[in-house]
Amino acid sequence: MKPLSRENLARLVASSLPAGAFVNLGIGVPTLVADYLPQDLGVMLHSENGILNLGPKPEPGLEDYDLINAGKSPITINPGGAFFDSSMAFAMMRGGHIDVAVLGAFEVSCQGDLANWSTGRSDGSPPAIGGAIDLAVGARQIWVMMEHVTKSGAPRLVERCSLPLTAVGVVRRVFTNYCVLSVSPSGFVVDAIKEGLSLDALQAITAAPLCLADKWCVIRDDGQIQG
Amino acid sequence: MRNVVVDGADAAIAGLRDGAIVMVGGFGGAGLPRRLIRAVLDAGVRDLTVISNNAGSGGMDLSAWFEAKIVRKIVCSYPRSAVAFGEQYRAGQVELELVPQGTLVERIRAGGAGLGGFLSPVGVGTEFEVGKRLIEVGGRNYLLEVPLKADFALLRGRASDTLGNIVYNKTARNHQAVMATAAETVVVEVGQIVEPGALDPESIVTPCIFVDRVFVPESA
Repeated sequence: MKPLSRENLARLVASSLPAGAFVNLGIGVPTLVADYLPQDLGVMLHSENGILNLGPKPEPGLEDYDLINAGKSPITINPGGAFFDSSMAFAMMRGGHIDVAVLGAFEVSCQGDLANWSTGRSDGSPPAIGGAIDLAVGARQIWVMMEHVTKSGAPRLVERCSLPLTAVGVVRRVFTNYCVLSVSPSGFVVDAIKEGLSLDALQAITAAPLCLADKWCVIRDDGQIQG
Repeated sequence: MRNVVVDGADAAIAGLRDGAIVMVGGFGGAGLPRRLIRAVLDAGVRDLTVISNNAGSGGMDLSAWFEAKIVRKIVCSYPRSAVAFGEQYRAGQVELELVPQGTLVERIRAGGAGLGGFLSPVGVGTEFEVGKRLIEVGGRNYLLEVPLKADFALLRGRASDTLGNIVYNKTARNHQAVMATAAETVVVEVGQIVEPGALDPESIVTPCIFVDRVFVPESA
């Protein structure tokens, strides 16, 4: 059983977004989701540096460094897009106007606590927070997209976060390279699980109790949901 | 008739002294007033408090100020990939006030709008609540966030008219429109200066009432 590739995880998240939603994609891996949005889904992307309806990456040579996303990469704007200042960009977030924010994370707890801004290492490096915390508090739904375990194999899905929190009780869904989870009042519920992976095997790499949804699905290698 | 056009970057920062609080527009490289940043460096002022989203990532951006050791403190949200800042921070030579990005811009907005602060849910239950007043409104907890103001705002626009009305370029608008409201002296380097009436009043983002000096950098 192979875990989902980053690209196929991005495909899975993209195809799970509600039609017509206003969506913010966090810096890093979530940005990949933009490349896999189904054309007919009508999702409109928002970026906190002041743009709504982001388009795809520009062709090489056509980059405009006054037209960038929150990760500071050149992008384009779709027909019907808009520019605005940062204050309005954050009003869109805190005011609950963004339907879904897809964020990366270091840890998520089974109460929906999110830790995604600091690795907690005290090597003296300056901390940085950016807009992650504003998104985490303000978007209507917070989805997390991350690898299920750390590079050294430690679970990222935990009973209680050990790293500094970004926000308390905000995460609604988690998409990992092994499964899709919902955060319910009673903890993590497995909505979909990678083809060929047992619930016991998934539980073994998860540091909080899992229960299987009544109508759970299988995730194929290509990131498509089966039945 | 009002005319805020000045002759070059050095004239634009006249009066910026040691110990000043300086807002610098831009998000990454978008909208960064690079000519003004160089002028401040050339002027030899020091001991600055800087309010900006980032802390420079190399070249003629805020990292040049850190390399020259003219910054005492920075208030920002994302000092990542900031090598010069990072070195001074680790050496304890510069103070950092880390503010979530949306809170940063709203604190500046409050400063410019004459407000005593605002209540934000951002940071409740995290280390960002330390030292702030927690206030409950309608059953939800908020943190009291206080305004930010500055002596100078150094900004970059696409164009200005001679009165000081400003339009920006795409995502280069970012924090600048709000910073323009919150500093004693607001300076904007622009690509082009036009006559009053040449900018569509519907498109003006920063009305001239906020702007004190504009200039076109010699290279533009």
